[in-house]
Formats: sequence, C-alpha cells, structure tokens
Amino acid sequence: MSDSLIIAGQEIKNRLFVGTGKFPNKPIIKEVLEQAKTEVATVALRRIDLESKEDNILDYIPTNCTVMTNTSGARNAQEAIRIARLSKAAGCGNWIKLEVIADNKHLLPDNLETLKATEVLAKEGFIVLPYMSPDLSVAKKLIEVGAAAVMPLGSPIGSKRGVKTAELVKILIKEIAEPIIVDAGIGYPSEAAYCMELGCAAVLVNTAIATAKDPVKMAESFNLAVRAGRLSYLNATKSSGQASASSPLTGFLQTSE
Amino acid sequence: MSFYNIYHKYKNCSFEELPNQELTKLLSLEAEKSLEAMAQKAKTLTLQNFGKTISLYTPLYLSNYCENECLYCGFNANNKIPRRKLKIDELKKEAKFIAKTGLQHILILTGESKKLSPLSYIKESVKILNKLFSSISIEIYPLSQTEYKELIAAGVDGLTIYQEVYSQSEYKKLHPAGPKQDYQFRLDAPERAARAGIRTINIGSLLGLAPWRKEAFFMLKHAEYLQNKYPEIEMSISLPRLRPQFNNFQTPYEVSDKNIVQIITAARIFMPRLGITLSTRENSQLRNNLIKLGITKMSAGSTTAVGGHTLEKTYIKNSLQFEISDKRDVSQIKIMLLKEGYQPVLKDWVGALQNE
Ligand code: SF4
Repeated sequence: MSDSLIIAGQEIKNRLFVGTGKFPNKPIIKEVLEQAKTEVATVALRRIDLESKEDNILDYIPTNCTVMTNTSGARNAQEAIRIARLSKAAGCGNWIKLEVIADNKHLLPDNLETLKATEVLAKEGFIVLPYMSPDLSVAKKLIEVGAAAVMPLGSPIGSKRGVKTAELVKILIKEIAEPIIVDAGIGYPSEAAYCMELGCAAVLVNTAIATAKDPVKMAESFNLAVRAGRLSYLNATKSSGQASASSPLTGFLQTSE
Repeated sequence: MSFYNIYHKYKNCSFEELPNQELTKLLSLEAEKSLEAMAQKAKTLTLQNFGKTISLYTPLYLSNYCENECLYCGFNANNKIPRRKLKIDELKKEAKFIAKTGLQHILILTGESKKLSPLSYIKESVKILNKLFSSISIEIYPLSQTEYKELIAAGVDGLTIYQEVYSQSEYKKLHPAGPKQDYQFRLDAPERAARAGIRTINIGSLLGLAPWRKEAFFMLKHAEYLQNKYPEIEMSISLPRLRPQFNNFQTPYEVSDKNIVQIITAARIFMPRLGITLSTRENSQLRNNLIKLGITKMSAGSTTAVGGHTLEKTYIKNSLQFEISDKRDVSQIKIMLLKEGYQPVLKDWVGALQNE
C-alpha cells in the first residue's frame, strides 16, 4: 500500500521538507537535498538572484524537487502577496510557504495577516502552505479559505528548542483533515521522529541541517528519523484517545447477552 | 517618549551605576576574564539565528559637500578637499561598476548639505539605483518623518545613522558647527524612519570618541528600545572604529581588538537576533577572525570617495572621507568567506517591492 502524502494533487513520497537558508555554501544544498531524497524544498524569494547567471540558488535544487517559495521578510499580508506574485512571475512556480512575520525579536508569525494573505493567494490559484502559531480556529479558517496544508511552529524559527507546542499540534492533527506539517524549532532528528509519531504529515527542517557539522550526514539522519517516525505512526498500537475499532474488547458482551 | 528620555536619565551615571545588570555585566571589565566563554556562546547564538551566512554590501558616495565640522571626519567643512556631487551619468557609471561585482545591496552616502545635495537629488539617484540593486540603504543627514516616507516611496528600504558618540558632552565638543549640533534630532532619526515604515535600521557609535563601555551600553539600549517599540524592523548595529583622516585627528579613547570582541559578543548575547555590521575600517585579518563571533554583514570592495570606483584617480586620492583598511575586492571577500565556511549572501531583499 502506498503511503504517499498528497498535496494539491501532487504525490510526495518523502515527508522531510528542507529549507535552504543558512547553509555554508550553495553546492552543499544540492548534496543535502539529493542525499535526503527530499521532494519539497523552500527557497526565500529575497535570496533568489534571477539576474545572476553563475550563482542562482535555484540551480542547486534537484529537478525532482518542488520549489516552495518562502515569503520571508513579509511584514504584512500585502507584502506577502506581492512576494508570492513576484515569485510566480519569475517562474518559481506557485507553491508558497507563506510566512508573515511582524516581530523580528521572536520571529513569531502573525496569524491574522497570514489568514488574509492565504485567502487572496488561494483564490489566485497558489498552493499555499501557511506557517502559523498553532491555533485551532485559525487553522480551520486557513483551510476554509483554501490553504493546502497548515504549518504550525514547533518553537520559534532557528531556536532548536524542539516541539514545545506538541499539545496544540496534536489537537490540529485530530481536528483537521488536511496535512499538518511542523515547521520551525526542530533541532534534532529524534524530534522530527516524534512529530511523525504524533501523526504529522511531514516536517520542515532548515537550521538543524544547515548548521550541523556535516549537513549532508545530518540530512540523512533526518531522513531516516522521519521515515522511522512515520513507520511507527502507521504501526504502533494506538494509545487511548486514538482507539481503533479493529478488535473491540467488549464484543463478548453482545454474544453472551 | 523618545530614547533621549532614557539617555537623559542615565547620562550622568558612572558605568557601574547604569541599570540593566545583564548588559552591564557583559560589557564590564570583569567580563574580560570570561571572553572565551562569551565568544563560544555568541557563536552558537549567531549560528542558530543567522546560520553560516554573511551578507555583503558596499557604500556608494554621492556627494561630499558638508556644512558640518565634525572634528574626526575628512569631509569636515573646513577641510580643503575637492568637493563634488556625482552627476547623473557619473552615478550611472559608478553604479554599473559596482553592479558588475554581483553586489545587490548598496548604501548611499552624502555629507550634510541640504542645499547642495538636496532630497530631490537623493530621490533621483535612488530611482536610478533601483534598476540595478535589490536593496538601497541611506547614510545621509537626518530627515523628518515625511522626508523618510518620500525616500521609502522612491525605493529606499534601509537607514544607517550613527549617533557617532552617545555622550552628549563629547558630542558637543566634537561637533562645533553646522546642523549636526542638534544632538536629539539625530538621536531620534531612526525612530522617525521607523514610523515612516523603513524596513531595516542600522545604528552605531564611532568607537574611540568616548569611553567605550558606556557608549556600547547606550548603543545597545538604543537598539533594544527601537526593536521593542518597532518589532517589525530588522535592527542592526555597526562598530566603526576611528580611522586616520586628513586632519590627523587623534583618537581620544583607544579601543583595542579585545574590546571590539567584547562588544560584539555582548551584543549577540544581549540581542540574539541583532544584525552586526563590520566595515572595511578594520583590517582583513581581524575581519576574518570576527566573522565567527557574531558578525552578520560586511562591506566589501569599498571606497570612501565620491565616485571612488570610476572618477579620476588624482581626484579620489585627495578626497577620501577616511582611509579604509581592508582593501580586498568583492571576489576576494567571497573566496575568504567560503574558505571560512560561510556563504556570502549578495541578495537578501526583494528589490523594488514598494514599486511593484
Ligand atoms: S561626519 Fe558627516 S556630517 Fe560630519 S563632517 Fe563628515 S560628512 Fe559631514
């Protein structure tokens, strides 16, 4: 049985998404993505130099990888919408990792502005994956207005503090049918595995890979962890609250009545 | 409320009497003993927040007309240097020269003469530079909020303005004439730009003009004040150290390399997401070593003369604002960064976003 993730009709086999910021050089990004067999990579539009022939970051993204443009730097919905449109016009496709941050101190997303931008962009045909603070009602509204998935933060970007929002993420997973992808805060492969065990559809990792001693090896480690976590999720005995109906324990009552 | 209120409250305190234990501890003489531990912590925080990348930019001097008499500056109105302002075709030539290096972030500078390099001229220049660069910052005389708005609308996204020296008494001595004598108008400039909607703000204290511990304290409190009040701003600081100029101004308070290291690491620990800029005022060896400690932005291929890349050599030689120390060009800096394990970032903003 196939266990692919489907986003906007596209089949994605590898559930490790990788961000391309913060790496020590560009060629290593290619190696990382290839070694991890990643199929979705985010690239910040602010870093794409389309004019530069010799050193365009897009040249380092393997062809089998979907580029998801990151709107990083957008401080409000309007700026994010402009960045997304520029990205499309520049030929970077229509997958958008929507990031609206008006707080440079903590880098926490602005859920309200994110919602506004999602609505506009989804209507324009973008595949929008919004980065957000895990709030159930906002997540539901994001889906209502057309988000293809929801990307709650595990902890602030770059903090490597792990999945501090696990309880809230669990609620999103339970209540929302669309993919929940933890983005930001994952510092170690074990945390990525944990997200997958919770039932996340995928995880997005950047800092932990980019700043590792050997980013390529670290990417491999994350890849294994994500696979392990997913396998565990699919095969573990469910704990209470996730009861499965396959082998009822009180079935005998009916026959003895 | 302005940062001046905070400055005013503490200006007469000795360093030991200043508030904010965490910051004063980091900047104290005592902390010099723990410099290595501070450096280790600063390195980790920098990696987490900025990764292994360094942004590059270069200055472009538009004009050296100046009405001020800052004692430490080569453009001081009393200095007999050839003065000029780039004509539009000269600007285009200079800009094209820089664009060829691949740099996308540019910092335009002028002396202070609203008469000879007026806002209209700066706006016109910005419109030309917009076509070649993805980010334009200004380091010019302080403006009103409305004037900042006009420049932002023209395509400026960053402001650099150094208070030069936070100590108001030293400021008074060092600025004997000209509009720059207005200490508070300069101090409040970044706040006016923030209100006008600027994206990035870079402030600084010209190290060597007053005892550095207190200067660094006020500079960082200023950065913190602005970041807290305007969280949408990308805040950064610069650590310019006095360099030799034409009038042989003697540095009144020496600041050692060790002191610079302490300021950088203290700044990083105090504000983990703060950008820290290092200019070519410092020598290449020190710059190479400081990268790992918390620097996030460097200038490269710099000149401090109007039209310093393309005008006549004899003119350039006699009209430098100050002498730079790290004379490496952009490609040499790029090679050095890659060798040190850092990615040179030439583009980090979406050009002309405002004008779409
Ligand atoms: S520091 Fe600026 S204002 Fe002062 S003399 Fe030099 S150019 Fe003029």
